[in-house]
Amino acid sequence: MVDANKEPEVEGVVLTPEQKRRQRARSVAIAAVLGALCVLFYIVTVVKLGPAVLIRPL
Amino acid sequence: MSDVASREYDLSQSETRPLDAPSYASVSDYVALLKPRVMSLVIFTALVGLVRAPAEVHPVIAFTALLCIAIGAGASGALNMWWDADIDAVMRRTSRRPIPAGHVTPGEALAFGVTLSVGSVLVLGLLVNELAAALLAFTILFYVVVYTMWLKRWTPQNIVIGGAAGAFPPMVGWAAASGGIGLESLLLFLIIFFWTPPHFWALALYKSDDYARAGVPMLPVVAGPDETRRQILLYTLVLVPLAMSPFFMGMAGIAYGLVSGVAGALMLLLAVQVYRRREGAPAELAARRLFGFSILYLFLLFAVLLVEAVAPAWFGL
Repeated sequence: MVDANKEPEVEGVVLTPEQKRRQRARSVAIAAVLGALCVLFYIVTVVKLGPAVLIRPL
Repeated sequence: MSDVASREYDLSQSETRPLDAPSYASVSDYVALLKPRVMSLVIFTALVGLVRAPAEVHPVIAFTALLCIAIGAGASGALNMWWDADIDAVMRRTSRRPIPAGHVTPGEALAFGVTLSVGSVLVLGLLVNELAAALLAFTILFYVVVYTMWLKRWTPQNIVIGGAAGAFPPMVGWAAASGGIGLESLLLFLIIFFWTPPHFWALALYKSDDYARAGVPMLPVVAGPDETRRQILLYTLVLVPLAMSPFFMGMAGIAYGLVSGVAGALMLLLAVQVYRRREGAPAELAARRLFGFSILYLFLLFAVLLVEAVAPAWFGL
């Protein structure tokens, strides 16, 4: 007997092992680029603020 | 051969591939879209503009500027490959690029190129200065819209006018360091601008079949090899004294004067050989030699300018 409440299985897009490997490599590369950008923006912010950042009128 | 490599290029099929279809692209395909070899020349010439500018620039800001210029150049390359995928597919030299090879769809290349273009210009404007960002945006637009979309398939003067895009990086570097545009940066622009025609036409002389098959109106295809040889010689006659002018105008030292003089004489000699040898294997050899030496020539000019700029500070000269 078929269970009426059970949702039919959707096959969707099935990746080959090679496609999975490439997708993972792309994801790692994007993560590395985003991480490097965070570090760059942090360092540039420190450089632009300069050493006198704490010297200011209260 | 893998299923990826065996897929044949078909623009219409690539364009209609559903958005949720799995991508075949590897990281190296995206790196190839950036045209790394062109990018390395852009970084080098921009670095020379940056260090020659009469201004102190923090190393981190200089690095950021070069990074943005490099990414902007890479984005131009990706957009160029997106637009030219059809002709890349029929030219032997370019048929293995990521789009004609079927690894990356035109839509993926377009999205990649636009994202990097906008990102590189924005970051350069926010972290370095607005003039450098505006020049970089103009360079990308010039290369993609004026050269790739308009001139390349329309006129044999494509690489003459379009060559301006490749000549801008030293000006962008100079602007990034100084916030302005100096006479020397204009000279650096003109040197690359007048170097481009002899360089590309030498290549086009022995690759004219490729260009003809793709329907690209390069000068040897439209006006014939003899006219191309004449134009190569004329442009080299302008280029060599122009390349020596920084020395005569007091902007560069004796080392630059010597190198630009000797290398310029060799460049002229090779251009004369191209002009005189018009048949068979000797003609092709002369064109190949000029093409190869032209790369070394430009590298030498800019390398000496770089050394002359950094040597006094680094070695106490």
